[in-house]
Amino acid sequence: MDMKNSSPRRTFFTQASAGVALLALAPGVRLVDLALARAQDEPASAAQRWGLLVDVDRCVSGCDACVSACNTEHGLGDSERPQTDAQWIRKVDLVDHNTGRQLSLPLMCQHCEEPPCVDVCPTGASFRRADGIVLVDKHTCIGCRYCMMACPYKARSFIHEDLTGQKTHAPRGKGAVESCTLCVHRVDRDESPACVEACTDAGREALVFGDINDRNDPLATQLAETTTRELRADLKLNTAVRYRGL
Amino acid sequence: MMKSAYFQSVSSSRGYWLISAIAGVITLAGLIGAEHMESAGHWVTGMSNQVVWGVPHVFAIFLIVAASGALNTASIASVFARDDYKPLARLSALLAIALLSGGLAVLVLDLGRPDRLIVAMTHYNFKSIFAWNIFLYIGFMFIVGIYLWMMFEPRMNRFTARVGTAAFIWRLVLTTGTGSIFGFLVAREAFDSAVMAPLFIVMSLSFGTALTLLIGMLIFWINGATMDPALAQKLRRLLGFFVIGVAYLVAVDHLTKLYVTGHHQLEQFILVDGGIYTLLFWGVQILLGTVVPAILLLLPRFCQRGYLIAAALLVVVGALTQVYVLIIGGQVFPLELFPGYSVTSTFYDGVIADYTPSLAELALGMGGMGLAVLVTLIGVRILPFVPVQMTGKNQD
Amino acid sequence: MIWGDLIERGCKWLSRAMRVVVMTIALSLGTSVIEAYAEVSQPVFPSARGEQCVEPVDIMRRDHFEFLKHQRDKTVREGIRTPRHSLAGCIDCHADKDAQGRFVPVNAKGQFCQSCHVYAAVKIDCFSCHAARPSERVSQSP
Ligand code: SF4
Ligand code: SF4
Repeated sequence: MDMKNSSPRRTFFTQASAGVALLALAPGVRLVDLALARAQDEPASAAQRWGLLVDVDRCVSGCDACVSACNTEHGLGDSERPQTDAQWIRKVDLVDHNTGRQLSLPLMCQHCEEPPCVDVCPTGASFRRADGIVLVDKHTCIGCRYCMMACPYKARSFIHEDLTGQKTHAPRGKGAVESCTLCVHRVDRDESPACVEACTDAGREALVFGDINDRNDPLATQLAETTTRELRADLKLNTAVRYRGL
Repeated sequence: MMKSAYFQSVSSSRGYWLISAIAGVITLAGLIGAEHMESAGHWVTGMSNQVVWGVPHVFAIFLIVAASGALNTASIASVFARDDYKPLARLSALLAIALLSGGLAVLVLDLGRPDRLIVAMTHYNFKSIFAWNIFLYIGFMFIVGIYLWMMFEPRMNRFTARVGTAAFIWRLVLTTGTGSIFGFLVAREAFDSAVMAPLFIVMSLSFGTALTLLIGMLIFWINGATMDPALAQKLRRLLGFFVIGVAYLVAVDHLTKLYVTGHHQLEQFILVDGGIYTLLFWGVQILLGTVVPAILLLLPRFCQRGYLIAAALLVVVGALTQVYVLIIGGQVFPLELFPGYSVTSTFYDGVIADYTPSLAELALGMGGMGLAVLVTLIGVRILPFVPVQMTGKNQD
Repeated sequence: MIWGDLIERGCKWLSRAMRVVVMTIALSLGTSVIEAYAEVSQPVFPSARGEQCVEPVDIMRRDHFEFLKHQRDKTVREGIRTPRHSLAGCIDCHADKDAQGRFVPVNAKGQFCQSCHVYAAVKIDCFSCHAARPSERVSQSP
């Protein structure tokens, strides 16, 4: 499955779905009790590429439902030292220099197809899973922070102190680097990421999660039908997170 | 351990133990600082998610870059067959190893998980320039070690030039590799520059020569001798040219950023309104670290030893400042993700980040320097590194 | 000249080797003395829930970390989340409850992981990152 040589747009279309079509009711809500897309003992496969669409027109300034959902889901705390606290997802407010147009959008790891963080990591702790999710294997991360220097989106956080009260599904600890996992633990049981669910619950529906490679997936459909863009498209990283209305 | 006719090891003296004690205390303070950072976590440093590499990296990169430049004197002696540099050849090779050990120690002790050094040694990602650098550094130590052996062992002397050439090439690659650590950071404007590799090579020559002069003189003083004035003058001129060379490439670097890559805002920040960074750049890096030493080194009237020492010290101060402005200044300036928009967020997007180094990380960085001197002192005590007489007459 | 040199070097090597040998003997003597005098009691820990472990006990005692490590790479790298050899699975069965019915971390004093690791003098590096208690998802059955 060589996605490197074709344009992103084409890749979205030419990849046939894994043969298991997920039944989607509304963005972010799935019928989970149908057969799992992937059995528990089956490895993630390159047939899928998980991605996100951020609809900037639907996102509002001041709402941080996605951010709180992420913090709760992964047990990200507040140490009262904001400069060193981890943030996997953050809200960014923008004002257009020329027109004064105001925008607000969430920013997180863009799950690049050509991730600079993975390229520079000396131990291979930063890696891209077969289904496109970029993760840190904290068992081999030595905490050199080279990946943080390399990430164009400032998507990564270093853990600056001892942590307690971690969640079972989100191990985290001092001395390693971490970033948005696209809620890999939820994706593996066929659920949407916590931020997507929270946005939908808040009635915004500004986030759409899905399989970029699956033609029938609502995410792929929207990507095919509307104009979306990558942040720092000039770097040609082919990100899995796309923005509409920017 | 063959005795050489012209070299001796440094004997025990009050000066030796005094300097060793000072270096030892500095190294110890560095270890304590590292232990504190390690057990409390990096929040006790000035580093944050905005400025991820701090003062330890400034010192580490300074030392690693200087290490390859320290070999310069040995290279001139054996690669370019200039016998007048021979008296310093052994010492310069030892310094190369010592400075590299100091730099690497700082780099390792700053890791979030220094206890996982074994992981770093057994898991390699060969796409990573960082991983390649680990090989370059280990290989450098190895080659310089062999090089020293060739110099020490009379029966091996005939290979000195050949091994010296290998070491010379290796160190060019090594400095290029160190510079490339930054070259790979495509998203960061500060490091997006074509002159990074040549800049690092000239920096290594300048930093390394300055440290060779300073630590060389220190060792001679401990040994109750002085450096051959003729040789000192040669190194002085050389250092003067290297300082000018660095200044030239720094100018090229900023001009490219201004007129070729168009990183105007970053340049505006560093050169005009970056507060402390602008001050450090113009005041310390350019004025104290470049202009003043260039005058002291190149004008004949400042040829006394005192001026030479002052100039070399200023070069070192300027060098550390240069690396500081490059690494820290390059990070505090925010990444530009949304051109044409002003940006605010809870994660310090769009603002100049704060960075104030803490005592612990300063101690760790200085500890690397201390370790380098300590390694040198131990080396010169157990093996004949220092020329018996540095008068320039009895060198045949 | 060369011979003298060689002999001198040989002597040095010999004395160094001797030192190593002497040190080793002293150390092992020391350890056996300690072993003889200090009666280290067998670790005691709360019994686990459930009928039996995922592998025979003697195999688990020796190789549990191999299983865990294998599983950890499969889970992190490939997303294979079978419960059998997962750390979370161990904790679900082996975490004890206190008098108030709350789970006690498995790395607390006297608990399953800790008691054995203290006995064997092996540092556990899992729980600076991993939760040492079952997650809320686990049924609260005894
Ligand atoms: S956004 Fe940053 S952390 Fe995420 S994959 Fe890309 S480079 Fe890596
Ligand atoms: S901090 Fe960890 S994940 Fe990032 S580059 Fe270093 S070893 Fe890799």
